[in-house]
Amino acid sequence: MSTPTRTPTGAPEHLTGPGSGGVGDDAQRPDGVLKVRGEFAYGSDLWMEDMLWGVTLRSPHPYARIRSVDTSAALATPGVSAVLTADDVPGEKVYGLELADQPVLALDVVRYQGEPVALVAADHPETARLAASRIHVDYDVLEPVTDARTALGHPTWNQVHDSTAEVTELSRESAHLHPEGNLVRHLKVRTGDPAPTADVVVVGEYEVGMQDQAFLGPESGLAVPAEDGGVELHVATQWLHVDQKQICSALALPPEQVRLTLAGVGGAFGGREDLSMHVHACLLALRTGRPVKMSYNREESFFGHVHRHPATMRYEHGATRDGELVYVKAAIYFDGGAYASSTPAVVGNGGTMGIGPYVVPNVHVDCYGAYTNNPPCGAMRGFGSVQTAFAYESQMDALAAELGMDPVELRCRNAMEEGSATPTGQVIDSPAPVAELLRRLEAMPLPAASGDGEVDLRDMPGGVSNTTHGEGVRRGVGYAVAYKNVAFSEGYDDHSTARVRLEVVGGEPTATVHTAAAEVGQGLVTVEQQIARTELGVERVVVHPKDTSVGSAGSTSASRQTYVTGGAVKAACEKVREQVLARAERLVGRTVPDLRLAGGSVVSDSEDITVPLADLLGDDVLEATLEWRHRPTEAIDPETGQGFAHVQYAFSAHRAVVDVDTELGLVKVVEMACTQDVGKAINPQAVVGQIQGGTAQGLGLAVMEEILIKDGKVRNPSFTDYLIPTILDMPPMRIEVLEYADPHAPYGLRGVGEAPNISSGPAVLAAIRAATGLPLTRVPVRPEHITGT
Amino acid sequence: MDFLQPATWAEALEAKAAHPDAVPIAGGTDVMVGLNFGHLRPARLLDLTRVADLRDWQVADGAVRLGAAVSYARVISELGDRLPGLAMASRTIGSPQIRNRGTVAGNLATASPAGDAHPALLAAGAGVEVASARGTRRIPIDDFYTGVKRNAMDDDELIAAVHVALPSGPQQYSKIGTRNAMVIAVAAFGLALHPDRRAVGTGIGSAAPTPRRAPAAEEFLAGELDSSGLWESRAELPEATIARFGELVAAAAAPIDDVRGSARYRVHALSVMARRALTWAWADYRNSANQGA
Repeated sequence: MSTPTRTPTGAPEHLTGPGSGGVGDDAQRPDGVLKVRGEFAYGSDLWMEDMLWGVTLRSPHPYARIRSVDTSAALATPGVSAVLTADDVPGEKVYGLELADQPVLALDVVRYQGEPVALVAADHPETARLAASRIHVDYDVLEPVTDARTALGHPTWNQVHDSTAEVTELSRESAHLHPEGNLVRHLKVRTGDPAPTADVVVVGEYEVGMQDQAFLGPESGLAVPAEDGGVELHVATQWLHVDQKQICSALALPPEQVRLTLAGVGGAFGGREDLSMHVHACLLALRTGRPVKMSYNREESFFGHVHRHPATMRYEHGATRDGELVYVKAAIYFDGGAYASSTPAVVGNGGTMGIGPYVVPNVHVDCYGAYTNNPPCGAMRGFGSVQTAFAYESQMDALAAELGMDPVELRCRNAMEEGSATPTGQVIDSPAPVAELLRRLEAMPLPAASGDGEVDLRDMPGGVSNTTHGEGVRRGVGYAVAYKNVAFSEGYDDHSTARVRLEVVGGEPTATVHTAAAEVGQGLVTVEQQIARTELGVERVVVHPKDTSVGSAGSTSASRQTYVTGGAVKAACEKVREQVLARAERLVGRTVPDLRLAGGSVVSDSEDITVPLADLLGDDVLEATLEWRHRPTEAIDPETGQGFAHVQYAFSAHRAVVDVDTELGLVKVVEMACTQDVGKAINPQAVVGQIQGGTAQGLGLAVMEEILIKDGKVRNPSFTDYLIPTILDMPPMRIEVLEYADPHAPYGLRGVGEAPNISSGPAVLAAIRAATGLPLTRVPVRPEHITGT
Repeated sequence: MDFLQPATWAEALEAKAAHPDAVPIAGGTDVMVGLNFGHLRPARLLDLTRVADLRDWQVADGAVRLGAAVSYARVISELGDRLPGLAMASRTIGSPQIRNRGTVAGNLATASPAGDAHPALLAAGAGVEVASARGTRRIPIDDFYTGVKRNAMDDDELIAAVHVALPSGPQQYSKIGTRNAMVIAVAAFGLALHPDRRAVGTGIGSAAPTPRRAPAAEEFLAGELDSSGLWESRAELPEATIARFGELVAAAAAPIDDVRGSARYRVHALSVMARRALTWAWADYRNSANQGA
């Protein structure tokens, strides 16, 4: 009874594929055909006979004290098997990725709209929802804290030219949402002259709205009670082992009794790094003794995961007359919402990389993460770097305008390169082709002007809505460049585990790769196969279902899996290869130095040796399991921010060309061009896919994507009003992928997924500014910002 | 929830008479969203997809009778020349999948102020044919919208068809959304020139509690065209006339601030859309004379 009848990644055969292609090839995804044909089972497709449906009752208030919860009417509803509240959580009642501060179910206070308060399991989802509506919660509604600076007691800025923005004393005037106060983290970067002066000074304030990951597959999972008193959870997630750890803590069960298997994941982008229904479904399954499925609908999904931190930022750039950066001062505020989630690490990224990929001798950055009663914010693609890029790249454009310099020229003049020191004192010890990325963009041809010949409405701002035939339309071009750390930073023990098996199945040598690394749509399963093919010289590679019966692979985030789990798979393959070659040498009876694996055989180029693996292995199985780590990073100094914080950086740049209907404020992005250094493209087609997807997500934040919050309440929890780009919004792209190997990384590769998400939006914003001549300091840009109405 | 499936129009009217609370469903592009989000839990659904007559359209007496279950996709592909304003509006609706399912009658039944078809129907001076077991009546489009998501139909009535006169002059339709496709209107504007009766029709969407016309703008423009002999001369429209028309259209709106846009922006956008729509429509009118049409 412990196996669902529909498992998302299916039997291992599903991920075998007839495939071919090693490292550097455009290998086909093993799950590609299933997905295109609509046959791939996602978490929401999980099903077992006799299962119950779980639903969550959530707080309608952003901040309230709970006087009492009465579940009697819900329990009395026919078809209901269980109604649970915080009292029913057997273990630790709070959890969290970095700080355990978030209740599994609300204790005495709710701190955001949508906070889970109670759970219901019933034989039908409609029955469960009806019963949930019958739970009576008596709330004492409190005044919510909805602004990060107010939460910290910092004054809001109203004078752009007041250059003393740093506030050292926290006045703590607003309500304390947590016992330690409302400050989650304050990161300081201090380098060079504390009181620098410069010929030219540019000050700006910027704001970034709250973006959602907008993954298409809602939070879903199925918890199955096990005979040993434990539970098996099939769930769509990003990091099985960090889920397992938190679930064990809440259930007071050891890891052996909480077994997780990855269900089909329909996108993640950081939004599945925190727990959603995981503990809830397990609690209901253990209470009822029956499998329990939970699957959020679209509206609940907007309340069921963290979002990208909104940011308010104030920057001051000083430069010489001829365009050399002298100093940057920045104050960056991230609104973390009600619970910490990954706010400390987001502050880490925002602060350490907050001035962009430039060489600046004097830097003074204060980066804050605050608790408020807004929805909790945490991981999202770009992780703290997306927000600051809007600010620092806008500043570079403003500075270029002030200096009368070309914006690309100014950037190239100050660009980081290999050997440059970052503001945290880290010397960049692998290629950093910032200027080259920009120069290559500049050299690309520009798209034809609009309005030549017959008007095609699809090319116009507004599309087929027929708002302009060219009237009011002006073109603009903008550039941006960005960088981001790859993998986990600041001394975190970042590792992955891989188990690789080699055997002969049906006469064919077959490798099986077993890791717990979550495939969320990015194509890691393809990469795992490619690496095994290259390292073991076999065609047939089975990707074992992702589960916790192997060690942690770390998170599918921070652009890290190809690097870290790819590194682990490569190392495990090498171990297996050693065993195979040793066996081959025993067979031939002597040492052959150039023995290698190719085409399913052990071969030598210097001697005429070809030993088919089928003969060499017989019925034997060779296997290796190991943990692999990238070189260690260090914690940064709490007062100066100095230290070897990040193991690798990814660099990308964008050029955006836009047409803006300046009278109506509507934007058509005409073309996006991107250059990115990926070190080594393990799967070039997948790399291009990541660049296109990241670009679209960045474009979305620039012109439309925002969760609108008023008084702590979400006003647009649906895809009717939370808009993401369509094919008429996302233009064709020009992409150049550079491959400058990082000598410290497996195959020389760099993480790919996040960088293009960071530089795309600021380029679009710069292009809109160029088209309109308006300062535009907030994203997403709304039509009203352009028309002034 | 009961699911009623009449096979004929007569059966449908009987079912509606017997169960006035039954929610009619044809394309389902509104109803199914309500059901899926849990916002709608009707006791009964009345499925109209088996009533074949509703999928027909005919031309008679100088007007199109558009059956209630004709999809937007068919309005675009089959009626683009006969119902140009409505076809332009239909092109702005949702995705191809939605246009294949959704119907003009569904837009009317929901009567959302943001419904895309309404400004085109108002500008063209459409009539809504509604029926019940008691009989059939025609509701002029001006009287149809009675409040936010309310219309002039009785509980036992169903929409049989929409009647729209064949165009005697150019029609235009513009809609503002905050992305370039698949978006609910922030504001929309429909315009129809009626040279046969020397009149001007307008329709405003998403900028008042109901879709509405801009009567002062219509009268102003018709008056200018008349007094200056422009219907006959087809001379260029004075800039001042175009600008004034835009102002009067904007003045007819009574919008609110909401997540999709500010009231001020809606007013501004209406004036711009009205000016541009008039410019394009008048250029078409002048062109049609040059081509001898």
